[in-house]
Amino acid sequence: MTTVELGMPAEGPIADAIARSLETQGEKRAELKAKDLKTDQEVRWCPGCGDYVILNAVQSFLPSLGIAREDMVIVSGIGCSSRFPYYMNTYGMHSIHGRAPAIATGLAASRPDLSVWVVTGDGDALSIGGNHLIHTLRRNVNLKILLFNNRIYGLTKGQYSPTSEVGKVTKSTPMGSLDHPFNPVSLALGADATFVGRAMDSDRKGLTEVLRQAAEHQGTALVEIYQNCNIFNDGAFDLLKDPTTGVQWSIPLVHGKPLVFGPDGASCVVRDEFGGLRIAETDQVDADDIVVHDATREDPSYAFALSRLSSQDLRYTPMGVFRSVPKPTYDKMMADQVEEARTSSPADLGALLAGGDTWTVPA
Amino acid sequence: MTTTDQSVVASTTGSPVPFVKSVVELDRVVIRLAGDSGDGMQLTGNRFTSETASFGNDLSTLPNFPAEIRAPTGTLPGVSSFQLHFADHDIMTPGDAPDVLVAMNPAALKANLSDLPGGGLLIVDADEFTPRNLAKVGYATNPLEDDSLQGWQLVNVPLTTLTLEALADSGLGKKEAERSKNMFTLGLLSWMYHRPTEGTVRFLERQFRRKPQIAAANIAAFRAGYNYGETTEAFAVSYEIKPAPMAPGRYRNISGNQALALGIVAAGQRSGLPVFLGAYPITPASDILHELSRHKSFGVRTFQAEDEIAGIASAIGASFGGALGVTTTSGPGVSLKSEALGLAVMTELPLVVVDVQRGGPSTGLPTKTEQSDLLQAMFGRNGEAPLPVVAPRSPADCFDAALEAARIALTYRTPVMLLSDGYLANGAEPWQIPDTEELPDLRVEFASEPNATTADGTPEFQPYLRDPETLARPWAIPGTSGMQHRIGGLEKADKTGNISYDPANHDLMTRLRQAKVDGIAASIGPTDVDDPDGDASVAVIGWGSTYGPIGAACRRIRRSGRSVAQIHLRHLNPFPADLGEVLRRYDRVICPEMNLGQLSMLLRAKYLVDVQSHTQVRGLPFRAAELAAVVQDVIDSTSGAPLAADPNGGAE
Repeated sequence: MTTVELGMPAEGPIADAIARSLETQGEKRAELKAKDLKTDQEVRWCPGCGDYVILNAVQSFLPSLGIAREDMVIVSGIGCSSRFPYYMNTYGMHSIHGRAPAIATGLAASRPDLSVWVVTGDGDALSIGGNHLIHTLRRNVNLKILLFNNRIYGLTKGQYSPTSEVGKVTKSTPMGSLDHPFNPVSLALGADATFVGRAMDSDRKGLTEVLRQAAEHQGTALVEIYQNCNIFNDGAFDLLKDPTTGVQWSIPLVHGKPLVFGPDGASCVVRDEFGGLRIAETDQVDADDIVVHDATREDPSYAFALSRLSSQDLRYTPMGVFRSVPKPTYDKMMADQVEEARTSSPADLGALLAGGDTWTVPA
Repeated sequence: MTTTDQSVVASTTGSPVPFVKSVVELDRVVIRLAGDSGDGMQLTGNRFTSETASFGNDLSTLPNFPAEIRAPTGTLPGVSSFQLHFADHDIMTPGDAPDVLVAMNPAALKANLSDLPGGGLLIVDADEFTPRNLAKVGYATNPLEDDSLQGWQLVNVPLTTLTLEALADSGLGKKEAERSKNMFTLGLLSWMYHRPTEGTVRFLERQFRRKPQIAAANIAAFRAGYNYGETTEAFAVSYEIKPAPMAPGRYRNISGNQALALGIVAAGQRSGLPVFLGAYPITPASDILHELSRHKSFGVRTFQAEDEIAGIASAIGASFGGALGVTTTSGPGVSLKSEALGLAVMTELPLVVVDVQRGGPSTGLPTKTEQSDLLQAMFGRNGEAPLPVVAPRSPADCFDAALEAARIALTYRTPVMLLSDGYLANGAEPWQIPDTEELPDLRVEFASEPNATTADGTPEFQPYLRDPETLARPWAIPGTSGMQHRIGGLEKADKTGNISYDPANHDLMTRLRQAKVDGIAASIGPTDVDDPDGDASVAVIGWGSTYGPIGAACRRIRRSGRSVAQIHLRHLNPFPADLGEVLRRYDRVICPEMNLGQLSMLLRAKYLVDVQSHTQVRGLPFRAAELAAVVQDVIDSTSGAPLAADPNGGAE
């Protein structure tokens, strides 16, 4: 049995509950299968929605972490993707629009023993909840954020989203949208996120690999998952999914490997004269000039430059883990402060209440 | 007022002719210190309060300061003041008007003089009455020289010069030395009112322990002020206010925000739960965040969130995990938290929401008090979203009210609104330190076993299967095997908590949530009525910080031979079960509030009682005398035969 110091009162129901959970952790781990994570609730996404494949991938992948399902919590906001917790036999909260990272922060910061996941969408995380997202990332709370990006508002039936391309014609923008979109990876790196990855809903292997690395990361991990909305934005990612164009326009990120892509490795990434990155023809450059991917670079500029290679129409889209660097987590540091305070001055309520100048009125 | 025969001969160091100083015994004094917001008036006031508290007087304070940290020096908007009422008996308010006004500059004089009754003692720093400072506030001539202050007992003291003289050898520059003039003033007042001085000396040593030179200068200025009082001919009289009789026990002086924070710590200890505070800084609530952040050794985690919404959202997340979630704010913050409050109502998680009310709407009057968030607390959410509302009545009572809010939140699994206000938050009074073993037992039990079975007989956990008595749902926290469940803002099916859009179920759940909150009345006891004569036909009903002024007004009325009942509500939702019946006992019910009649509206709507609203929104507490006049008029118009006014004047 391992012990987790939560900085909580020594005795009491919460301590008992956590102790019980820790005692039985070993045996529960061995048993978990994908089906154990399913609930009795009917999945109510539109037939053909990319959310189904993500749900399946997550349910297949999570058991490999060896975490008991009662120690996992999934918190979501509002939107199609945010129905996710109802379909997972873990603890879960389907909260309010945009606030999932803040709710998850309170949970993860007070319960470092849990594996906390946030499921959100492009509208939920980047529009109404943008503030919570960037602050969660900079704090590096130990939670994993799965951002389902379908580049459209689905649940409200088809308005443009903060990741929609400029000029998008939707119900609310009959003459085309005017907003310049966010690149979620760039935004996260701008907020000093310690882990940022990107994957495709239909790419089970690639998605699972990014999820695995995210789960192993200590701190906030943001995973952008391109997700097809077959009702309101069908085919949004076809350029990257199509076997021919996908190879041409996707840049697979593998730590320690040169950034070479395209049919027969015809294209590559090299440094430009301003310290950024640019695309080049592999046979036109010196092999030594091709950038070797390093997700562990402390300075986020490299990962940011990678994220800027892609255009709004998704050409030259890096897929995989952009950045993964170690940094103390918020919840751990918070628990350490509680522990430090407890060691230096033991809790004595009577003494606290009687603090400061006092006087006694005799009987 | 009695002049005692214990006249003393002042120590005569440097004084050629010994002169006689007399000691006058008073039963109560109201002092107001006013100066520039950089003059340290709040610190001076707090120190004088601490001295007074440890001397054993009953006391009540009213700090009043601008929202600007340092408004332009010497201007009217920059004036900061601190009023202290202390007495040899039990008092309820910081006093309607000062007996003594200390004005550190022309702006402070101009802003406060109209509050000082004729004949009152006026002490001014004559050094600050320069042509430039006079011009800043529009004085054409110097009021210290033009006879315009003849109606008051004016004492000119060159406070700045005297402070500089006292610190001539301190090694400090003029500017730095000048800063100690508030301590010189404190010394003078300490002499005038026979205050103990050791506490202030200790405080200064502690406060400036890393700057011994500054500590020494402040202590020297403080002592110089004291000695000046003793030797100067400007003050022939000093005053004695005997300690007030108080119940035996140990006491300390405490402000509302401090008491509230300690109440939260105590709630964590008494429930055995870790406290998680999610908060965004906002006046006048920030001091609760500051105080709680110092008590990590009690398992208190404080999270300064990115905004008000994240403050409450993180607290909800922590509550889901089994902590006592708390968020603290003021009115504008509550507006931002509204949607999340609805989520807490829907998910039925324990949560304490502290609203330290200030003047509104919008940014309003950030540093001034008001009671105008009652209806926001009651109804400021979409849908039928009832939540309990509790209000403390005095600074020290914030401690008990916080424990009560936590009790309701934990017992009934609901967000609870704790409505303090700016006056309670910053005001202070003596507090009898409670025995920790006698604080309420708030222990809770987390659900750890299935509570139902499925159709095929499999045991299952139903997160919305309610306790038949409290209607509270079980609280099963993550980490508990077999109890996995999902909650959220969508309507849930009764018992199972699964999403449900069924019309009959929504009707049932809406009524259940209301019934749960209404049912709290069973745990709160009867209405608090104070009617010592037992024959009052007029009642005054209040809530929150108006308790003091209403109580003081009722005392005056009773001293004039009239009867009046005081009804005070700690629980605003639900009301005590017998409140309707209590209200109907009286011919007339008056409800004074620092808003435009919010409680009156609730009472009239709920009980069909013709409650008469009396309102004021000046950003300041009611004056007891004004309230007494209002109530007296109502009594006299009800009974017919007017009696004489309170013969005892302004006493409480």
